[in-house]
Amino acid sequence: MADTHNKEVDQISGVETTGHEWDGLKELNNPLPKWWLYLFYATIVWAVIYWVLYPSWPLVSSYTTGILGDSQRADALAAYDEGVAGRSEFADKINAASLEEVSSDPELRQFAMAAGQAAFGDNCAPCHGAGGNGFEGYPNLQDDTWLWGGTLEDIHYTLLHGIRVDNDEARFGNMPAYGDIFSNEEIEQVANYVGSEVGLEPKAGVDLAAGKELYLDNCAACHGDDLNGMTDVGAPNLNSANYLYGKSIDQIASQVKNPRNGVMPAWQDRLQPSTIKSLAVYVHSFGGGQ
Amino acid sequence: MVSLEEGGFAFFLVLLAFACLIIAGKTFDQVMAFHAMIGAVLAGACVFVIFKNYFNDGGMPIPQEIGGKPNYNMGPIKFGSVAAMFWGIAGFTVGLIIALQLAYPALNFDLPWTNFGRLRPLHTSAVIFAFGGNVLLATSMYVVQRTCRARMPGKILPWFVIIGYNVFILIAGTGYLLGATQGKEYAEPEWYADLWLTVVWVAYLLLFLGTIWRRKEPHIYVANWFYLAFIVTIAMLHITNNLTIPVSIYSTQSVIVWSGVQDAMVQWWYGHNAVGFFLTAGFLAIMYYFIPKRAERPVYSYRLSIVHFWALIFIYIWAGPHHLHYTALPQWASTLGATFSIILWMPSWGGMINGLMTLSGAWDKLRTDPVLRMMVVSVAFYGMSTFEGPLMSLRAVNSLSHYTDWTIGHVHSGALGWVGYISFGALYCLIPWLWNKKGLYSLKLVNWHFWLSTLGIVLYITAMWVSGIMQGLMWRAYDQLGFLEYSFVETVEAMHPFYVIRALGGALFVVGALIMAYNLWMTVRHGEAEEAEAAPTGSLAAAE
Repeated sequence: MADTHNKEVDQISGVETTGHEWDGLKELNNPLPKWWLYLFYATIVWAVIYWVLYPSWPLVSSYTTGILGDSQRADALAAYDEGVAGRSEFADKINAASLEEVSSDPELRQFAMAAGQAAFGDNCAPCHGAGGNGFEGYPNLQDDTWLWGGTLEDIHYTLLHGIRVDNDEARFGNMPAYGDIFSNEEIEQVANYVGSEVGLEPKAGVDLAAGKELYLDNCAACHGDDLNGMTDVGAPNLNSANYLYGKSIDQIASQVKNPRNGVMPAWQDRLQPSTIKSLAVYVHSFGGGQ
Repeated sequence: MVSLEEGGFAFFLVLLAFACLIIAGKTFDQVMAFHAMIGAVLAGACVFVIFKNYFNDGGMPIPQEIGGKPNYNMGPIKFGSVAAMFWGIAGFTVGLIIALQLAYPALNFDLPWTNFGRLRPLHTSAVIFAFGGNVLLATSMYVVQRTCRARMPGKILPWFVIIGYNVFILIAGTGYLLGATQGKEYAEPEWYADLWLTVVWVAYLLLFLGTIWRRKEPHIYVANWFYLAFIVTIAMLHITNNLTIPVSIYSTQSVIVWSGVQDAMVQWWYGHNAVGFFLTAGFLAIMYYFIPKRAERPVYSYRLSIVHFWALIFIYIWAGPHHLHYTALPQWASTLGATFSIILWMPSWGGMINGLMTLSGAWDKLRTDPVLRMMVVSVAFYGMSTFEGPLMSLRAVNSLSHYTDWTIGHVHSGALGWVGYISFGALYCLIPWLWNKKGLYSLKLVNWHFWLSTLGIVLYITAMWVSGIMQGLMWRAYDQLGFLEYSFVETVEAMHPFYVIRALGGALFVVGALIMAYNLWMTVRHGEAEEAEAAPTGSLAAAE
């Protein structure tokens, strides 16, 4: 072969080359680095030990189980059962107790608050915010404005059955679209009337008396003559500082003309009864509970 | 007389153009119609170019040697280098956009085409397959010719490979934006794009083998072993992972033949070995040519190159299951994957040792040559990533790292550091060689590129380490009563600052690449011409 007589010694390292050359490139004939080789062997030995201890190699219709008898599936199921068992003691107590008892008993309350916080973060926070502070169109749970009532029982009921969802017991109330009933001028009159009553500056030249008449004939049945609303049908208290869809005359007009009627899921279909009770106590504790 | 090759390609492309026209006319799928029209137009244009060239050169055969020197075919390599730079900047920029989308979701713009879900595969495919793929194609064509002292076979074949591959990129990328995907990570292109890539890839294999077959050197250089392992294995992986049955020939949709956990296992056998053979073996081939060439030193150890080559290709193929720890995959498969990942550590490091030790006797060049510095830092990143990878494949570590940003950080230390830098280094070498320039337009700009992008990589990977480990710890934190300490949205909020830092790192990397593109452009346009070599004939000028 041509390579044997082309061997030369590299001047810098003093190592012989292999005698091959490609496009000016040569190779030194250095041995394998010792540390590299021994670490390579060590990783193989480690792997063999691992194969003896743990399930690793497939056989025809089964696999080598390893002498430790380890099973990550069994471990995971045991850990799951352990977690459920650890929580079930309190969960059973919460199921047996009334909402008032859960809220007042220190031990049950501590558990309910922890369970409520965990469930709230993964189920409620996407709409109501991590701290229950809400967004436009998604109620703030920290304030004392409650569309459907803010007692423990009210909150619990709303959580169980939801709002405007396909469920016979769901909270249901419907703000009609007055864009189909009123003229634009009438909508302006009603919105400016409501605004003038709740501390907003009405637009100049709008007939507020006509607005009042329209309000009393069409809106007062749900929102009340005094604008205080009615939680039974989820009609907002218009005297409140907190408007779900914004407190300005234009936003009020928009909500009269083409209203949004928000929904909330019925959590009884998705969460454990003890979790929903815990959530009621947790949400009630935000500071706005009645 | 039209050669068999020219006639064959023209015939094939005419048939393809007609098939595309029929599909475009009969399909009910708008994306398919669009892609079929692209196929028809491009196939038709290529037939035109084949005949135009035939009439220009009168069908004269290309000389294999000019003045006793091989008449290397550099045209397709130039095309691939420019395409690599173009796709690189596009891919890095899309990466920056999606990094910003993660920090500021409003940047999704509520449009389907700019949604994270479509841009993410556009980013990964653009950087891996478009940028990385063109670098691999271009450098492999260069290296195999030079180290075999032989011209690539065929007149049309090399152009078919490089242009065909870029058409695949075009079809795949526009498909993602229009919503055509088979939903397999790093294998998103639909059946017709996969089929086309298979044709191109087989042509590539034949081209590469043909060049080796015609070699004038008695031995095959180590870089070519790695290129060949890359080409052969990618063919096998691509075909197995894309065995789909189209819903109809007129539809972009298809159904995979694998199901359930077998599908997951095939997917990650593919996914992991795409890393192993595309992003590792292929780029090690680049390292084995460009580092000794630039350092003007012999490769450190021939024996190490043999042992780590065979160890690497034998062991890599087993490691895929470590992507599926704690899933429906049986524990035995997961253990086996993890143990082979650990055994893989030293074979991977063999490449790093050979790369770094080749510098012995030439370390002083790192001070003066930022291109060499870039390639050496690349090898250091390779060493770091191939240590981190086996570590993360252990189930105990993986239980923390899995599904977190740690994985993203790990991938990018390999992608930006190793693959990015070795590619940049290779292109900085290759462009002056291809265009017969004495050197680069500006080494100072290479320095700027190096430092800006190194800062970018460091910001990127440290942000992702911190964010990923924090995320993993938050997910597994329980309170005293057995409830999860943090909700998912709290972990997302906690990661926000790190997402901003990551985007900043990505921006620096993009800026570096833009500086590089400017530098290469100026090199080609205004670089000082290399004086003709001692050989009397103008061999270099004719080398195209």
